[in-house]
Amino acid sequence: MSVAPEPVLSIEGLRVEFDMPFGRLVALRGASLSIRPGEIVGLVGETGSGKTLVCRSVMRLIPQRGRIADGRILFDGRDVLAMRPRELRDFRAHDVGMVFQDPFSTLNPVLRIGKQVEETLRVNFGLKKSEAQTRAVELLRDVGIPNPERRALSYPHEFSGGMRQRVMIALATASQPRLLLADEPTTALDVTTQAQILDLLVRLSEEGGMAVVLVSHDFGVIAQVCDRVAVMYGGHIVETGTIEEIHDGAEHPYTRGLLDSIPRLESAGRPTRLPVIPGVPPDPADEVSGCVFRPRCRYAQPACETVSMVLEPVSPGHETACPVRPFAVADSALTARAGARL
Amino acid sequence: MSAIDVVDQQQAPAGSRVRLGGFRGLSREAKIGAGILALLFLAGLLAPWIAPYGQNQINFTDIYSPPSLAHLMGTDGAGRDVFSRTLFALRLDLAIVVLVTYPPLVIGVFVGAVAGYFGGIFDATLARIVDVTIAMPFMVLVIAVIAIVGPGVKGILIGVPLVAWALYARLSRSEMLVLREQPFMLATVALGYTTRRTIVRHAVPNLMRSSLIYSTLDMVANLLLLSGLAYLGLGAQPPNAELGSIIADGQSAMLTAWWVSTLPGLVVVLFGVGALLLGDGLSDGKLRGTLQ
Repeated sequence: MSVAPEPVLSIEGLRVEFDMPFGRLVALRGASLSIRPGEIVGLVGETGSGKTLVCRSVMRLIPQRGRIADGRILFDGRDVLAMRPRELRDFRAHDVGMVFQDPFSTLNPVLRIGKQVEETLRVNFGLKKSEAQTRAVELLRDVGIPNPERRALSYPHEFSGGMRQRVMIALATASQPRLLLADEPTTALDVTTQAQILDLLVRLSEEGGMAVVLVSHDFGVIAQVCDRVAVMYGGHIVETGTIEEIHDGAEHPYTRGLLDSIPRLESAGRPTRLPVIPGVPPDPADEVSGCVFRPRCRYAQPACETVSMVLEPVSPGHETACPVRPFAVADSALTARAGARL
Repeated sequence: MSAIDVVDQQQAPAGSRVRLGGFRGLSREAKIGAGILALLFLAGLLAPWIAPYGQNQINFTDIYSPPSLAHLMGTDGAGRDVFSRTLFALRLDLAIVVLVTYPPLVIGVFVGAVAGYFGGIFDATLARIVDVTIAMPFMVLVIAVIAIVGPGVKGILIGVPLVAWALYARLSRSEMLVLREQPFMLATVALGYTTRRTIVRHAVPNLMRSSLIYSTLDMVANLLLLSGLAYLGLGAQPPNAELGSIIADGQSAMLTAWWVSTLPGLVVVLFGVGALLLGDGLSDGKLRGTLQ
């Protein structure tokens, strides 16, 4: 990779708390992530690890009772958390787009598809009605809606899930944003539709130089399209790196555990037990000292109780929050072999 | 694909089958109801042109004549044509009914939507005000207003809206509480729309439905109230005809000339049946279509 360009989005030490009647929940404990222009970054982790909340924080759409307690979010050098309402609206309208998990409920059921796309064009770009109509049909065609002139007159319930997700993507990318936050865009869809939607995201990203954050709990989805992966656990990003680095040389015990627990095709016919990570994810009500993964970690050491979960570089672009590096020896041997072959 | 489509049909939210303005999408009873209402409104609207006689045209040589081709609903004790009077009464009553039903609906829906969307102190305050308003004895309030401003339609035009908005506010607030958690509401914010746009353009069309259906009931109630007050002599003042006052006039001759009270009364009933059919048909509208 050439000189890394300035990140379009950088999140530093993001901490999100929920003040509930029964106490305080810490959903994000200090997540850090940076995304370069045009890059597709996968955000993986199990349910409750804070993937969605990272996206919603960037949009400043934290659910009720929640608040961003600490950290910084910089978009293109602008501090998102300090934006005033008008600036924030402009930021949402033009700079970022967001696609949600459930395509069945993210479109307004009483408005025609075309009207909804036109609306964003008219409101956010000041297009005239006729221009907006033409452009809306173009956008629908661009995301792969067949026969867009006619389909623009349909209502959302007349569309299948995949088609609705395409419409949602058209809405989110109508402004040609520099960053698209895709929050599990394919989870509610069947596998073939899933592949089409992912292809669409990759194509839009390449055409428009748009960076994409793809949230998923499915490593398969991530591996298919992403340049880089960020693994989340317990409100932290515990490891980031390229697909290859993470898949072949994960440094964090959690990442390894996650990868090991994916069923593999090779085992078909030879029943084997899937390795699982013992224990349960951390309770957001607990304040954990040191590494959040420590209670479940096979390689935990006494010192783990005091480490700060900061990403340390393993190699350029590959960072891990685990200071123990239990796999370092094996991997350095691997790297050495790879080096020797070159 | 077809499996997905079936799922889609089932998940289609209530109301998606009913398209306001799309008459053909309505259920049969809604069509009949809409037809009856259209007929009555048209009759009222065109009263000055289609009424065969003037509403106060007196003919003492022809009192209490039974319904005939010359006088479709007969004549009353002053020889006035009951059919013509009914048309004019309908014109006045329907105008008042619409005026006291729909402006409060607009206000109530909007206030309720805003309160439901923002929640908090504003919402809590509004909910209490609504409770108080609804708890108020409605009839007494309207009569109290009439006592202040004097008999006539003015009392109704002031008194009814004072209370009527509250039910719409409560309906629309409760719908908004559900609606604001919907992902598409979140999506409008994520698209950078203003809060006003989110509420007015995206939420209100979704929560209008229950209020519109309720408004058909409300219209009937208001027409009955209006006729009731006119019957008591608190409505439009003579010689202007109102359905209630025609009925009250004919009451004394009920045994000899049943038509004077009964036929205008049937018009009130017809309006009620029409409005309720429409309301009922609209609320069942989702059962129309493939899943029926």
